[in-house]
This record gives sequence, structure tokens and C-alpha cells, in this order.
Amino acid sequence: MNDVMLDLRSDKIIESLKNGTRLDARKVDEYRNVSIELDISKNAEGSAKAKIGETEVIAGVKLSPGKPYPDSPAEGTISLGAELLPMASPLFEQGPPDENATELARVVDRGIRESKCIDFKDLCIREKELVWIAFVDFYVINDDGNLFDCSALASIAALKHTKIPKIEEDAIVKGEFAGKLKVKKTPILTTFAKIANAVVLDPNSAEMHAMDGRFSCASTEDDLFSAFQKGGRASFTAGDIDWCLETSLTKSKDLRKILKE
Amino acid sequence: MVGKKEELVYVDKHGKRLDGRKVDEVRPIKIEVGVLNRAEGSCYMEWGQNKILAAVYGPREALPKHIQNPYKALVNYSYRMASFSVPERKNPKPARREIEISKVCGEALEKAIFLERFPNTTIDVFVEIFDSNAGTRVAALSAASVALVDAGIPMKDMVCACGVGKAGGHIITDLNKEEEDADDAVDIPLAILPKTGEIVLLQMDGLMSKEEWKKCLEMGVKGCMQVYELQKEALKKKYSQIESTAQNNEARTEMVSDEKNSEGEFT
Repeated sequence: MNDVMLDLRSDKIIESLKNGTRLDARKVDEYRNVSIELDISKNAEGSAKAKIGETEVIAGVKLSPGKPYPDSPAEGTISLGAELLPMASPLFEQGPPDENATELARVVDRGIRESKCIDFKDLCIREKELVWIAFVDFYVINDDGNLFDCSALASIAALKHTKIPKIEEDAIVKGEFAGKLKVKKTPILTTFAKIANAVVLDPNSAEMHAMDGRFSCASTEDDLFSAFQKGGRASFTAGDIDWCLETSLTKSKDLRKILKE
Repeated sequence: MVGKKEELVYVDKHGKRLDGRKVDEVRPIKIEVGVLNRAEGSCYMEWGQNKILAAVYGPREALPKHIQNPYKALVNYSYRMASFSVPERKNPKPARREIEISKVCGEALEKAIFLERFPNTTIDVFVEIFDSNAGTRVAALSAASVALVDAGIPMKDMVCACGVGKAGGHIITDLNKEEEDADDAVDIPLAILPKTGEIVLLQMDGLMSKEEWKKCLEMGVKGCMQVYELQKEALKKKYSQIESTAQNNEARTEMVSDEKNSEGEFT
């Protein structure tokens, strides 16, 4: 669809939101269909594909032995990377991660890391010398909006099904595993778009084009928030944020159920 | 490090923090306006140990041409830390953290500027951190906002920013590095438009309940408003100086012409 068509559709989205309706007939706090598929790659220690409506992201986890940071000698770590594949949208170009991919990776990272769902001490092999670094790389293969939530879902699903390789004389033994990676909580990221004065959950790509800004928050099953991120030109009122947080706590429970299945 | 983390009392029984501040007390802030003569607008800020320079160029033609927007100006915000501004040398190449901060802080300013007045242009905002001790992005954003005003960019409002969060179970304003390193630390960079209270920058990392957020927002807004007062004060100071210089010049010119008049040269 070209720019003019997108702009015309944005006008339509804004117009219909004045009556509280969305073009795809969803309620303002309604999510699209979500599905998760596990074990996409045999070579990955954990992998998953998440789908929200037509948006699709595949995440894979690779564990590599590495040196710990000097200030946390008994802790491994996680490292998240985002790839916006050119196949996913006419707007994506080949090349190193741009600021959008960087922001995406860092927000998904914060939601998971700060929830303390993974105890980094579990990733220690030998204090001060060798720890596991869990590289979570997610590839956006179709962008129909809300990449934040979809990437977070794929990443946490992949991590929850990650096996830790067996290690002998500091080298990985191929095909053998020492156990599963312990993931104690399930942080869920939810994203809202501010379109004119309306706030809607899980924006699709047309709504993302029409929006002035977005707000994302990650929460855990014990109703704690582990990350916030406001992006875009829009401003949010305290009341907007309040509604987003409340909705997030409710909706993340549904998403967590899908992950458990 | 003063002591082991577990032993630290982040707020003592007198309500004093590790550095002696009250829970809602912002570190000392010093703002100077118009410190770089080549830039259209500039600002030097000290916020506790943080030392920041902000400069504004533009609106000027956005290049390469294909990035131009025929409806509005672009805001190009660049947040960078000097290699020596942190305890461990930082690679001068922009890290992912700096790229993300630049993006969200630029977007926060966009809400305040009348971008539609300057189609096809870019407003370049450069901030450089020379010394740091937590809270640099909010300090930088506050400094950038002052530099934009100094540059004469038409704005709906200033942007004022402040950090708020949690350490050792206490909600506190403007965390320093030691507090940010607490085991239960929550860090929330917040920026608002002071006239309406609209939130233009909001990030958070840490673990926090909804009730704690409400308290954080209340205290964070208070912190922002304190910064706003200092921003205004600094700007007024610069312009009152200009005014007094202008008056002096005027007075001097009058004196000179009076003298000349009395000598009858012009009559």
C-alpha cells in the first residue's frame, strides 16, 4: 500500500476511534489471536515462533561459554538481538540494526532481565572463569504491527524451552544436555498505541501508521512491572498510563496461559 | 564503594539518604545558558556529578534530501558519553544504550516543538556527557530543552525531566549511582511538559507494583517541576544580562551624542 492510501486509512482509523471502534472490529483492549510454536530449529538450544494476528517472529537461543563480568564473577548473562528482516515489510532494509531494532531489542531485554525470571547465578559454570551467555536472537519475519509484544513472546517462549548443553573440559559436548534452563517467572510485554486521543491495545500495522506514539509495559504473574517504555511523538496522561497498566495486568494473564499450553 | 550492598541503609531513620539528601531531594543543579558561540543555542549543566553540554543547530536543511519531510521538521537528537565519563573506559563508538536514549529523548522533544513550521529541515540537538553518576539522560534532556529555547526554536512548552525510583524499599527522587546499584533498584527516567503535566518520556527498569508506580509518578513530577524552575531561572538570567548590556549601550550612545550635541557639531 502506498503512502497516500496509508494516510487515508489513518484518517479513517482516527475517525472511527472517536466512536470507540477499531477498523478490524476489535475492542480497544482486545488482543488479536496469539499462537506459539516451539522447537523451530534443532540446532538452537531453544527456539519458538510467536504469532500475533499476522505478525510473526522467530526467536532462537544459543548458549556459549564465556568470561563473566569482573563485577559479577559468579553470574552468567543474557544478550538479546533483534533482526528486522527485509522480507518482513517493504519498510525494512538490509543492513546492521537501526535505532528501531536497537530499541526493540533493548525493551524486550529489559522486560525479561529485570523480572529476574532467570537467576544469572544458575548460568555460572566456574566462578570468575566460565559462565554461560544466553544469546537470544529474534528475527521478525512478518510485520503486521506490535513487534514489541510478539518479539517478547517468542523470546520468553524460546527461553522457557532452552536446554543447557553438557560441558566437558570447557567445551560443549554436541547433542548432550546437562538440564533445562530454569525460568522462574513469565514476564509478558504489552504494547498500547496512542492514536489521536484514544489508546488501544495491540496495534496492527495500520494502527501503528496512524499512531502518534506507543507505551509498552512488561509484567510478571505476581503483578509486578519489570519494564516501561514510551516511544513516539505522543504524550500520555497519568490516566492513560493508569489504564494501560491495569489492562496490561489483565491481558498478560491470558497471554501467559497461551504460553503454558 | 562505601560498604557491602547488603549493609547499606538507603534511607536512615532520620529520612536521610546515603549522600545526606531527603527522599524527594534532587541533587544540586547548575545551569548556564549560551555557552557555545557557534551553536544557535547551547546549555551547560551540572547535575550532581553529571556534567553535560547541549548544543542546538537549525532548523537547517535536512540532508541527505530523501530524509526530508515536506510537512515538518525532523528532530535529530544525539546523546553521547565521552569515553572517560564512566569508571571503566567506554568505547567512543555509540553503544546500543546511547542509540536507544537518543531515539526516545528526541521523540520526547518532538511533542514540545512546533515542527510544522519548518518543513524539510532538521533541528539537530547534540548532547555530550563529560562526567556521570546516574540520571544522565534526564539531565541531558533538560539541558537540551534549555538549549532549544536559547536557539529561539518555537515551542509549546519546555521539557523538564527528572529520575525517580526505588532503592532499599524506599521510593526516592533522582537516584545516584550507588542507589541505582541497589539489589531492588527501580529506575524511572521521566519527562513532562510542565504546563499540562503530559508525560513525554517514560522508561522503567526494575521490579515495581502499581501502587509504587503511583508514588513514583507523584514524586517524579515534583522533581521535574523543580528542574523546570531552575531552567526558567537560568534562561531569565541570560536574557536579563542581555537586557542590561543593551541598556548600558543605549545609555552610553546617548551620552556620546549628548556630548557631541553640546559641542554643537551636529546642529
